[in-house]
Amino acid sequence: MAAASAAVLLAAGCGGGGPASGGDEKLTGDKIVLGVLNDQSGAYSELSGKNSVKAVEMAIADFKAKYGDKAVTKDITVETADHQNKPDVANSKAAEMYDRKGADIILDVPTSSAALKVADVAKEKKKLYFNIGAATTDLTGKSCNKYTFHYAYDTYMLANGTGKTTTEQVGKNWYILYPNYAFGQDMEKSFSAAITKAGGQVVGKDGAPFPNTSGDYSTFLLKAPTLNPKPQVLGTMQAGAELVNVVKQYNEFKLRDKGIGLAVGLMFITDIHSLTPAALAGTTYTDAWYWNFDQQNRAFADRFQKETGTRPSFAHAANYSAAMQYLEAVQAAGTDDADTVVKGLEGKEINDVFLRNGKIRAEDHRVIHDAYLAQVKPQAEVTEPWDYVKVLKTIPAAEAFRAPSADCKM
Amino acid sequence: MSGFAQNTFNGLVSGAFYALLALGLAVIFGMLRVVNFAHGAFYMLGAFGAYVLLTEAGVPFWAALVIMPLALGLLGMALERAVIHRLTRLDPLYNFLLTFGLTLILQDLVKTRYGVQSSPYATPAALSGSVDFGLFDFPTYRVFILGFTVLLCVGVWWVLSRTRIGMVVRAATERPELTRAFGIDVGRWVTPVFGFGIGLAGLAGVLAAPMRAVNPLMGADLIIVVFAVVVIGGLGSIFGSVAAGFGIGLVQAWGESYLSDFPIVSQTIVFIVMAVVLLWRPAGLFGREEAPA
Repeated sequence: MAAASAAVLLAAGCGGGGPASGGDEKLTGDKIVLGVLNDQSGAYSELSGKNSVKAVEMAIADFKAKYGDKAVTKDITVETADHQNKPDVANSKAAEMYDRKGADIILDVPTSSAALKVADVAKEKKKLYFNIGAATTDLTGKSCNKYTFHYAYDTYMLANGTGKTTTEQVGKNWYILYPNYAFGQDMEKSFSAAITKAGGQVVGKDGAPFPNTSGDYSTFLLKAPTLNPKPQVLGTMQAGAELVNVVKQYNEFKLRDKGIGLAVGLMFITDIHSLTPAALAGTTYTDAWYWNFDQQNRAFADRFQKETGTRPSFAHAANYSAAMQYLEAVQAAGTDDADTVVKGLEGKEINDVFLRNGKIRAEDHRVIHDAYLAQVKPQAEVTEPWDYVKVLKTIPAAEAFRAPSADCKM
Repeated sequence: MSGFAQNTFNGLVSGAFYALLALGLAVIFGMLRVVNFAHGAFYMLGAFGAYVLLTEAGVPFWAALVIMPLALGLLGMALERAVIHRLTRLDPLYNFLLTFGLTLILQDLVKTRYGVQSSPYATPAALSGSVDFGLFDFPTYRVFILGFTVLLCVGVWWVLSRTRIGMVVRAATERPELTRAFGIDVGRWVTPVFGFGIGLAGLAGVLAAPMRAVNPLMGADLIIVVFAVVVIGGLGSIFGSVAAGFGIGLVQAWGESYLSDFPIVSQTIVFIVMAVVLLWRPAGLFGREEAPA
């Protein structure tokens, strides 16, 4: 008899307590967990990698300093994982982050194929995902979904900025060299479209082997001056170490002296550092953010350098901004419930250290912001380490990104 | 016509790197029966060594070209004494595990210190111009690489065919047991030969630094093709490795320029050639079938 009443009491206690505590709790587990999933050991580990994690930690510190006791919670932590640029690893690590590590959001994720996998996971788990490191426009095209936001850049932004302006200012005839896989083919198409639209023409294009095991591009570089009409611009879509090979050999064959300028599809400040500005002087490319553009950027870059010993790439600044804007959105909503936070983010206009004239488009979740056409300085004009670039022109947010795609169905 | 000549020249320059690496692999395999999967890592160390010498100590390219092969040759000899020689009595699987493991260790050590981003290395000033060949002009540095490698290969050939050391090495490569039976101490040549092979890889690395991306994975990318070269030339055949090295460089360059409409073929042409050669001559072009035991 006594045992039975105790059991009833216990059952009543559990049943009564459960919903009540769930209703009071605005944050799951009374804490916020930010997941950073990126390449921590491979080709992209320098332009994003562990320093992206540092940038997110800086955002958390700034958020806490800003709100103090009024913050939704003081318990904000970071979970990190290395996806090794492999889609299948990214897939399982993302699921693990959301399910087991309790991540409210996943940030960064370079490498387009891996980025698209994580978008599927975010959709399935109904958790937020801000992509920063990947370039594919599919994230806001056919793979778009309610929980995925594309934050920093994409192939359209790169092609539109570099392709259009270089055609207008340097030369109308292009020879395009691209690595023959998804990213490179995507870039080639975007560039060809932008060049033609600006009144230029692609007089030749070649897909180089990817990965290029021989490291040799001489066949293509020698072909460029023999084309008719002769190209005035060599557009290279190679990235990372392959870009380094192309540029070294471009200089070796003295194509600049032969009247062929260089335009680079995707370049990070870390690439310029490893090639030295002398090897790239005069090269134009589109940058999503530059650390020495103005006082605000520079102040951030100084703090970042204190933490990491190096200057931030645009991906680092974007990770900081994305983490900060997510925390602000949770603060404003008073909850980490994904659907509520998404509602608060959609259509929001933002100005911060990374986003200038930024806006989170509700239609496709493309985060639009000003982009920059940049040119590598001649060695003689480089006065301090890492200050390798001058910004030729700011591309207004509305022009920098494509209009929402019809392929995107939320 | 000038296009063809240029492509040929470029093919030979790429081939020079394959030849240097394949030659090292061939002498090591011949003498030790060890397939050195760490060869690409030593190539990488050669390039990185040149970079470190230049940036930390101001040592120019020309000095690095002498210092790095010697330093890596010594390192190779030390490794041979410490671990590699233990492989001779073991299953070939251990050969793979040890040398591949060495590769990972060396790569990650460099990665930890210098990161994955490529390090800058400028072409030496004296070689930064171009040479006019009438039909076309060509970067001086590439002309230098080709000339230097050809001289080096001729030098190695001379040592192997005209000196007593060469005779011992050749005999030990072809018939190790018989050579021992003649009372020749094969063992004392094993360590220097291993060091020599590693030194060649380091030399190739120094030569590559001005024209290739210098990063921890540069050897891992290249070595795949070099193994195909060694197999095509005939495992352990010294002449075969050099000939196949230059040959494959040419095939790649021609493939890229004349088969560019068929990227699938031009990207895999080395392995297509390898498959065809193996079907036709299973021991490679210049290799000999192992005599049945």
